[in-house]
Amino acid sequence: MYTKGSDLIKIAKEKNKRICDVVLDYESERTGKSKKEIFEQMRSVLKVMIDSANRGLEKEVISISGLIGGNAKKVEDYVKNKKTISGNIINKAMARALSVSEVNASMGKIVAAPTAGSAGILPAVIITAAEVLNKNEDEMVEALFTASGIGQIIAKNATVSGAEGGCQAECGSAAAMAAAAVVEMAGGTPEQALHAAAIAIQNILGLVCDPVAGLVEAPCYLRNSSGAVNALTSADLALAGIKSIIPFDEVVDAMYKVGKSLPFELRETALGGIAATPTGQKFMKEIFGE
Amino acid sequence: MKLYGVFDILGPVMIGPSSSHTAGAARLGKVASKIAGDDFYKVEFYLHGSFAKTYKGHGTDRALVAGVLGMDPDDERLRNSLEIAKEKGIEVIFIPTDLGDQHPNTVKFVFYKKDGKNVEVMGSSIGGGNILITEIEGEKVEFTGEYPTIIAKYNDRKGMLADISKFILEKDINIANMKVTRNLQMITTAIIELDAKVDDEMVEKIRNIKDMLNVIVINPV
Repeated sequence: MYTKGSDLIKIAKEKNKRICDVVLDYESERTGKSKKEIFEQMRSVLKVMIDSANRGLEKEVISISGLIGGNAKKVEDYVKNKKTISGNIINKAMARALSVSEVNASMGKIVAAPTAGSAGILPAVIITAAEVLNKNEDEMVEALFTASGIGQIIAKNATVSGAEGGCQAECGSAAAMAAAAVVEMAGGTPEQALHAAAIAIQNILGLVCDPVAGLVEAPCYLRNSSGAVNALTSADLALAGIKSIIPFDEVVDAMYKVGKSLPFELRETALGGIAATPTGQKFMKEIFGE
Repeated sequence: MKLYGVFDILGPVMIGPSSSHTAGAARLGKVASKIAGDDFYKVEFYLHGSFAKTYKGHGTDRALVAGVLGMDPDDERLRNSLEIAKEKGIEVIFIPTDLGDQHPNTVKFVFYKKDGKNVEVMGSSIGGGNILITEIEGEKVEFTGEYPTIIAKYNDRKGMLADISKFILEKDINIANMKVTRNLQMITTAIIELDAKVDDEMVEKIRNIKDMLNVIVINPV
C-alpha cells in the first residue's frame, strides 16, 4: 500500500512496474475486484471524458447562467483557420479543457477529476498527448490509473477541495495528476512522473478559488485551460530531465499549508478575488437578484 | 483514514456543475423518495444555507427533482427534470429557509402522498457527491446511502434486534453499521447498514416479524 509519492516510487522500483500498474494492483487488492473489471470501469470513465471534451468543439455549449459558453468552439475554429501563437497542440488542449468546463456548466455529463470544477484538465491532457504520441485507448486508460494514484496521494495528505484549499487544490491537483500521467504515457520513469506532478503544483501554488457569483463557471473555465497547458509543459520539463528540487510529497504538504492559510474569502465563497470586483458583483446581482 | 479508491478520485460520473450541488442533491432526492415511497403528487423542498442562496444558478432544483423522480446523478435527463415532473403531474415547490444549525447544503423534503399522509426527510450534501440523511419524520438518523440500508420501525421489545439480525445472518450478510433510537412513544427506529445488497425474501421475513411497523430498504444510489 502507498500513502506517499515516495511509497509509489519504492513499490514501482521493487516490482519493476509503472505507477499505473501499482495503482491498478492496489485497487484490485483493496476492492477484491478483478483487474480486468476495474480496467473496464476506467474505460467507461475515459469514454465520458472523451464525449465531454468533444461536445464543445462541435457546437456552442452555453452555461446555465449564461456567464460562459461557446469558447471551446472559438478556439477550435481558431486552430482550423488561423496560425496560432502557441501552436496547435497547446490550442487543442485548451479547446478540450474549455469544452469539458462548458459541458459541466451547462448541466451535461462529466467525470469529476478530481472535482467537477477542475474536470477539464485531465481529459484535455490525456486526449491531446495520446494524439501527439500516437497512443491507443488502452494506453489512455492506463494513464488514468497513473493520474488516480497521484490524486489519491494528494487527497490523502492534503485536499482536492476548493473550499478547503483554493483553486490550487482543484486545478493544481488535476494538473499534477495529468502531468504525471503524460510522463508515463510518453515512457518516462516513475521518478520523472512525480517530478512533473511536483512542478505542476509549484507552478500554481497559492492560486485562489474566487468563482463569479459562486458558480462553477468563471474563472474556472480559464483555469481549466491554463491547467491543461500547465500539465503538458510540466510533463515536457520532466521528460527533458528537469527535476523538482523539492520532492513531490513536500510540495503536496506545502500546497495544503498554503491552502489552510488562504483567507475564507478566497476559498470558494465568492467574497474575494475576481468574484468581489465591481463587475463580478454586478453579475452576481443579475443572476440572483437582490 | 482510508486511502481513496481510484473512482473516488476519477468520479463520480455526474451531471454538472458541482458534485455538492448537483450529484449530491440528486442522490439526496433519490434516497428521500425511496424513504417516502413513490405514490406522491407534490414535494416541497425547504432549502438551507448555500442551497437556499444558489440553488437556481447551480441547478440544484433540477437535481433534487431528478432524484425524487428516481434518476441517478449521471442521468442526462436531469437538466429537464422540472419539465418531466410537470408531465408526470408532480408539483414541486422550492422554499429557501433557515433550518437552524445544519450543514450549509441541507434540504428538507416534504412528500405529499395520495393516501393523505405526508413524509418528511432531511439530509445534507456533504461534498464530492456524498450525502448524509439526518432526519426522517422528525426523528434524528444518520446514514450515507453508500451501503444497502434497512430502516426498521417497530414497537420496542426485547429480542427485536436478534430477530432482525437472524434473517440477515441467514443470507450470510455482514452488518457494517447499526444505529438504534427510541422515541417517547416507545417506537424504535433501527438503521442497519449492510455489506451486501438486500434481497426481497429477507425483507419480507423482517417485515413479518411481530411488532414490526414499517421496513424501508435503500440500495446504494
